[in-house]
Parts: sequence; C-alpha cells; structure tokens
Amino acid sequence: MVTELDKVDVVTVGVGWTGGIIAAEAAKAGLNVMGLERGHERGTEDYQNVHDEYKYAIRYELMQNMSKETITFRNTRDQRALPMREMGSFLLGDNLGGAGTHWNGQTWRFLPYDFEIRSMTEEKYGEEKLKDDEGYRIQNWGITYDELEPYFDKFEKTAGISGEPNPLGGDRSDDYPTPPMIKTRSLKMFEEAANSMGYSPIMMPSANLSEAYENPDGQSIQACQYCAFCERFGCEYGAKSSPEVTVIPAARETGNFEVRPHSNVVEVMKDEDDDSKVTGVRFIDTQTGEEFFQPADVVVLTSYLFNNYKLLRVSEIGEQYDPETEEGTLGRNYCYQIFGGAVGFFDEQFNTFMGAGALGMAFDDFNGDNYDHSDLDFLHGGNMAITQTGARPIATNTTREGTPSWGAEFKKESIENYTRTLRVQAQCATLPHKNNYLDLDEEYTDAYDIPLVQLTYNFTDQDRSVQKYTIDRAAEVMEEMGANEIKKDTVVEDYDIVPYQSTHNTGGTVMGDDPEKSVVNNYLQHWDRDNLFVVGAGNFAHNGGYNPTATVGALAYRCAEGVIEYAEDNRRLE
Amino acid sequence: MAKEDQKEKKFSRRDFLKTTGVATGGIIGGSLLGGSVGMNLNSVMPAQEEETSQTEETGGEETGGNENPGRMFFHNDADFETISQAMERIFPEDDLGPGAIKLGVPYFLDMQLAGAYGNNTKEYMQAPFYEGETTQGYQSRLTRAELFTLGIKALNTESQNDFDNDFSSIEDGQKDEILTKFQDGDADLGIPRAAGKPEDFFRLLRSATLQGAYADPLYRGNRGMEGWKMKNFPGHQHAYIQQIDTDSFQEIEPQSLYGGK
Ligand SMILES: Cc1cc2nc3c(=O)[nH]c(=O)nc-3n(C[C@H](O)[C@H](O)[C@H](O)COP(=O)(O)OP(=O)(O)OC[C@H]3O[C@@H](n4cnc5c(N)ncnc54)[C@H](O)[C@@H]3O)c2cc1C
Ligand code: SF4
Repeated sequence: MVTELDKVDVVTVGVGWTGGIIAAEAAKAGLNVMGLERGHERGTEDYQNVHDEYKYAIRYELMQNMSKETITFRNTRDQRALPMREMGSFLLGDNLGGAGTHWNGQTWRFLPYDFEIRSMTEEKYGEEKLKDDEGYRIQNWGITYDELEPYFDKFEKTAGISGEPNPLGGDRSDDYPTPPMIKTRSLKMFEEAANSMGYSPIMMPSANLSEAYENPDGQSIQACQYCAFCERFGCEYGAKSSPEVTVIPAARETGNFEVRPHSNVVEVMKDEDDDSKVTGVRFIDTQTGEEFFQPADVVVLTSYLFNNYKLLRVSEIGEQYDPETEEGTLGRNYCYQIFGGAVGFFDEQFNTFMGAGALGMAFDDFNGDNYDHSDLDFLHGGNMAITQTGARPIATNTTREGTPSWGAEFKKESIENYTRTLRVQAQCATLPHKNNYLDLDEEYTDAYDIPLVQLTYNFTDQDRSVQKYTIDRAAEVMEEMGANEIKKDTVVEDYDIVPYQSTHNTGGTVMGDDPEKSVVNNYLQHWDRDNLFVVGAGNFAHNGGYNPTATVGALAYRCAEGVIEYAEDNRRLE
Repeated sequence: MAKEDQKEKKFSRRDFLKTTGVATGGIIGGSLLGGSVGMNLNSVMPAQEEETSQTEETGGEETGGNENPGRMFFHNDADFETISQAMERIFPEDDLGPGAIKLGVPYFLDMQLAGAYGNNTKEYMQAPFYEGETTQGYQSRLTRAELFTLGIKALNTESQNDFDNDFSSIEDGQKDEILTKFQDGDADLGIPRAAGKPEDFFRLLRSATLQGAYADPLYRGNRGMEGWKMKNFPGHQHAYIQQIDTDSFQEIEPQSLYGGK
C-alpha cells in the first residue's frame, strides 16, 4: 500500500520561507534534500496578469483551499469549536513559496526585550508585573537577540531588505543590504508629525526592494515598481523577496534539492527501535491518491504553525498541553496580533492607490519596553506605522462614524474618502495566557481523514489594554498630521475569526531552554526526537509588536545550522 | 425602474444564445491568453485580442461592456429583477455616477453564483453543522447560491407581507425598510435561523454588490470602468514608480487587466 522511496538526508514538510531556507543551506552544505509540498509549483511567470483584486485579494486565489483543510475555533473552552468554513482572520499559504509568495514584505527584527521578556520585566518591575496569578504565561525564548543577530543579518542579506537603521531596535552587525524605499507625501506627513512629537520615525524595512540586488547565493531580485498589487498577490517583476526568487532557486542550483509538489504529509514516522529518533514522513500524492513513505536522516517541519503542530500531535510526538493541569507543552502559548489605530479624514486627495506592500514609515517609541510601564496595567506595545500598500476599491470603503454601511450616503462617503483618508496604527504584541492553546478537534477532519487543529483563543485584558493605549497614541499622531476629523478604532471584545486581521499566528510549538515549557530547544530541535526539527512562528513564546517573518527567517537559519551540524555528528545540539 | 424592466425583457430572449456565447468566449479566451503570456511584460496581446473579440461580437457598446451578456444562474426573470433592485439599493445611481444596475453588477453576481463562489468549492462544507457564536463565522450548510435563492424569495415574501407587493414594485424607501430587516436579522428566510440567517444573506448581498461595482470588468460588472472612475482608482497599471514621489494628486485614466470595458 505504502510505497517506500529512496532515503534522503533531509526532508522538509512544505516549501515556503522556512522550508526554502533549510533546503538552500542544507543543499549548499552537500546534503541531499527533498522538499515535500502539498501544493503546486509556481513562480514569477505565473504572476503576469495578477492585478485582479477580486480574484486574488477577495477570493484568495493563491491561498489554502479550505474545502480540503481548515481549523476549528472557539473563544473559550465552554464553547463548541466549529470549523473556520471560509478564510478570514488570517490567510494560510499553499503551493510553492507558501505565504511568502503573497506577503507584504514588512521585515522587522523582534526586539532584544522580546527574547528575554520574562527576566527583563522581572528585573525592572518585579515579578508581580508578569501577572502569573492572572493566568499569563510569559516566558523567555531560550535565545537572546545577540545570539540571533547573525541569523537576522543572514536573512536580510538573502532577501536584500531595503531599510535604514532603527535607533530603537537591537544592535546591528551591518547595515541593510539596500537603501530604503521612496518616501511619499503621506509618509512625509507622518515623519514630520512623529518628529515634532519627539518620536524616532524610520522607513519600514522592506522586502520590496528599492533597487536591483544580487544576494550572497547569487540570486537576483529586481527593483520594486510600486505596482500596488503586493499583499495577497505574487510579484510580476520578481521584485518582492519571496522563496521562489531566492532560496528555492539557490537550493535547486546545487543539484542536491528536489521539490515534490502535490505531496501532502500526514504523519511523521517514529523510529520503533529508538525513541529518540524519527525515520521519515508518510505522505499522500494529492493527484493520484497514492501513499508514500519518504525515509530521511533528518525531518524538518516547515509547514506553518498549524500543520507543524498537527503533524506532531497526530504522530504522537511530545505531550499535548492541558489547560487544566498545565501539563504537556505541545499546543501552549498560542498568540496573535492586535491593532490599535486611528483614521484621519482630510480635504486633500492622496495617491492612496499607488504603493507597495512594505512602503511605510514607523517608530518604536511605544514598542517592547522602549517606554516606561511602571504606571501602566499592561506590558509591551507595538510598532506604530503608516503604510501606503496600495488601497484597492473593493476592500477600501472608509466612512465616517455613524454612516450606514450601504445605500446613497455610504456610496458617497466611501467614494469621497477613498483618496482622502490616512491611517496610523500600532501592531501590538499579544502575550500568552494559559487558556489560549492548540488542540486536535474530535469532530471534524480534513480531506485525508485526519482531525483538524482546534484553536481556543481569546484576547486578554492585557491585549485590550495595549490596544486602548495605542489607539490614543495613534490618534494623537493623526491630529498632529492635520486631519480634519479622526475616527479611533473601537477596543475589541472577543477575538473574531471572520474579519482579516493578520497572518501573524504564533506559538503552539514554542522554543525554550526548559523542556517543561517548550517543544523544541534553541536550535528548533525537538526535545524528544533528536533528528526532528520544527521551525516557524510556532516557535515564538509570545507574539511581539511586529510582523513575524524576519524573526522566522532568522530562526530558520539557526535551525539550518543545527540540521547541518546534526547531520555531521548525530548528536543533540547544545 | 420600469424602463430597466422593459429593457431587460426586450433583451432577454432575443439575445440569449448570442450573448452567452460572447460571455463564455471572452472569459475563457482571457484566462487562456493570461496563462500563455508568460514573462513578456510589454505584451499587449491579451488586451488587443479581448477588445477585438468584444467589438466584433457585440457590435461595440458605447457605454462599454455588454448590457446583456446573458445569464448563467438566474433563469427566472423575476428573480433576476428582484436581486437587481436590491443591489441598486445597496449601491444606487446618484450624481456621482451609475448604480449597481448600470454597472452590470447583477450580471457579475449571476456569473459568480454559477461558479466556485456560488458553490462554495473553496470553503469547508463538511457536516455536522451547528449554529455558532458570531465570532465563529458562517456555519450554515447552505451554499451561497442556495442562500441567494432563499433570500430572493424571502425579499418578496417580506414585501408582500408589509407592502402587499413584490420587492421590485415597492417604493425605494420601502425597499430599504425590507433590506434593513434582513440586515438586522429580523426577516424570515423561511427556514429556522439555525439553518440559515437573513443577516448572512444581507452580508453577501452587500459584499457582492461592492465586488461587482469595483471588480475588473472581466467579471461583467464595473461596466465602462465607471465604478473605478467614480472612485479615482486607475485599475491595472503596470507601475507607479514614475509618480510615487509626487506630492500632488494624480488623475490617471483607468485600465483593465485584459483591456476589456
Ligand atoms: C497576506 C499576508 C501578508 C503578510 N505580510 C507579512 C509582512 O508584511 N511581514 C511579515 O513579516 N510577514 C508577513 N506575512 C507572514 C508571512 O507570509 C509568513 O510569516 C511566512 O511566509 C511563513 O513562512 P513559513 O515557511 O513558516 O510558512 P508558509 O509560507 O505558510 O509555508 C508552509 C508551506 O507548507 C505547505 N504545507 C502545509 N501543510 C503541509 C503538509 N501537510 N504537507 C506538505 N506541505 C504542507 C504549505 O502549502 C506551504 O507552502 C504575511 C502573510 C500573509 C498571508
Ligand atoms: S509593489 Fe513592488 S514588490 Fe510588490 S508586487 Fe508590486 S512591484 Fe512587486
């Protein structure tokens, strides 16, 4: 029934940013790598007629087909978890390149504070500030910013990131490889306002490159044309750093890497004779229905956090987290992102329809512990930004408070405001709580009869406080920018799976230095199985005040180093 | 509205076969060409092809687009009229420009309901179905096509109950009252709320109207790119690198993906 394939040195489950990075590094080191990808091949040639908002941004052409696989969701344990039947809150990647194909490219390094949040908070404010008694489970990551810095640098150089130094970020060993993008009128207004308020605005680090660039692997990335169809779209110019234009071709050029598309992995196979090892993965060819066993010396899960979690769980590797007893680590510390922002209404018309996915300016004066939290009832904060990503007409219908959501008044307002509103928002951290976690659903299954992942998640008081605080700060900036009228976000009650918020899901397979509180060590090596690595935003012990991928990319380079070292001497990594 | 009605009738049978052919041909042609253009960034091939085939077969509409491209989903004229009138209330004609009907939005919906959108082919539709919390999203076993069908029927039932007339024959203000009942979840869809909710129908009606008004004309709405023109959205432009740093507002003639109107 199950056909056994030739053994490889390394197999990755999924070929997005994380899978591509592992593949490129391992293949360059001479290891023979197989990338099993459930979706199809694709690349720049497939994005030549992509400026179609309806197809790509509204109907999610490039993303996961929910009829085959989704998750179930509930806010609290006393509710019945139900399937996320349509995509909404976050947009899961599929096919070669994964979500890296249709991301924006806002490429921020997490702050030094993020990695040592528990000890730094305790040291400065005392232990009570961590609110363990209220169920928060804030923990260090088992790695410091300084340890991760070389890997950040490596990811930025691979991706050619365009940016300028951040006075409020961690120390850098080198400048960004390419200069920042072009400043637009609205960005300059933000900059001026932020400067006059004493903040430190910088151009957003961008994976839409300001100029053509050749990366250290010899791959070329083109200059961004500011086409404004970036987030949710593939780049027709090869100007957005994505796995298909960087790490995947780099891996292929070694001759040591093969992608096998249409291959949906369903199980990690444990070694029956050695409980510290796995032997490979079992997958289904989605075109023929055939089942295969791919033996490998090293297995790396790079399938995004939901499926990384799911594969460990269905393969019975590690112990499931139980929110009652707090025993088990698999599934704990799931976090998300919360936004605090304000919209300003202007008489002036702006070229809102122009832009690029990571065209923006931002400041970190209210991020991490860059400001004093002594008198605040929350920790952390968020990166405060204005972006010009290219507003599109189906999705952009901004109206003033009290305007009906349809009819003549709505039409007039939404048309008028399309070019006359700007938004400033903080992208805020969310911190782990014992009630927020991943589990396996008992009722619903995917197309291969495997249970769906079950998410139990709600925003916490901490999250709502940080949101409320940053809404007010955003509104102040908007006022300084000269808006006639300001509409502040309303503070959310319950997390809602319907409206898009961000694809910044974190946790579930967290890293750390304590096997009692984490799933993998700081090389992303599984605590129980030496030749199994798990990498992605699932490793984050909490979510910071930025987009995740620079940190994900850095962790993937760290993991690749571990994989290569392990392949040499087959030992646990310290 | 009476005028629209007549035009609809006048067109429907006579042009049905011919126009269906145009619509299908245009779309298939578009996507086939789209796939084969490859890396040639400067190619205007698809645009030219599309334009010729349109003018040849429709005789060149002055207003752009095809006023009656035919229908794939709505085979009942009265149903189509009902949903057209509802969409027009969501996005009415005014001094800024055309409303949903002139923009061809009902034809956009018609094509969508006949395909992947209407049949929920990319959504998870496995049983069991339970009524959930609002934060859990859509939980009905009904496909979008089924929900629209029920919704249209219910629009007429509600307006018969309240105003003794079909939805398409009542006053604008009365239509708005009926639509508000759906929006607020107060209308009766004719099935238990656990099975399908009027507010879900309304949500789809609203979103589909905006989608049809502003999607590329390829999808049969946004006729003449008039939706985009009202909003100052230039559609598909290859690049803004030449204008991105200008401080003044740029008015740019919109362009569609394959050159269609
Ligand atoms: C619209 C959007 C905008 C974004 N913008 C930003 C941004 O501006 N900045 C930022 O930092 N981040 C952004 N992100 C997030 C970013 O895209 C992700 O962090 C990143 O791409 C994750 O990479 P990954 O390799 O972990 O996972 P993915 O890219 O999701 O790759 C996982 C791969 O595994 C495959 N796979 C899954 N399950 C299986 C299986 N069972 N068998 C085989 N293959 C499988 C999938 O098909 C996929 O190709 C954005 C995301 C989205 C969706
Ligand atoms: S905005 Fe720039 S990077 Fe993004 S898709 Fe367009 S050209 Fe590519």
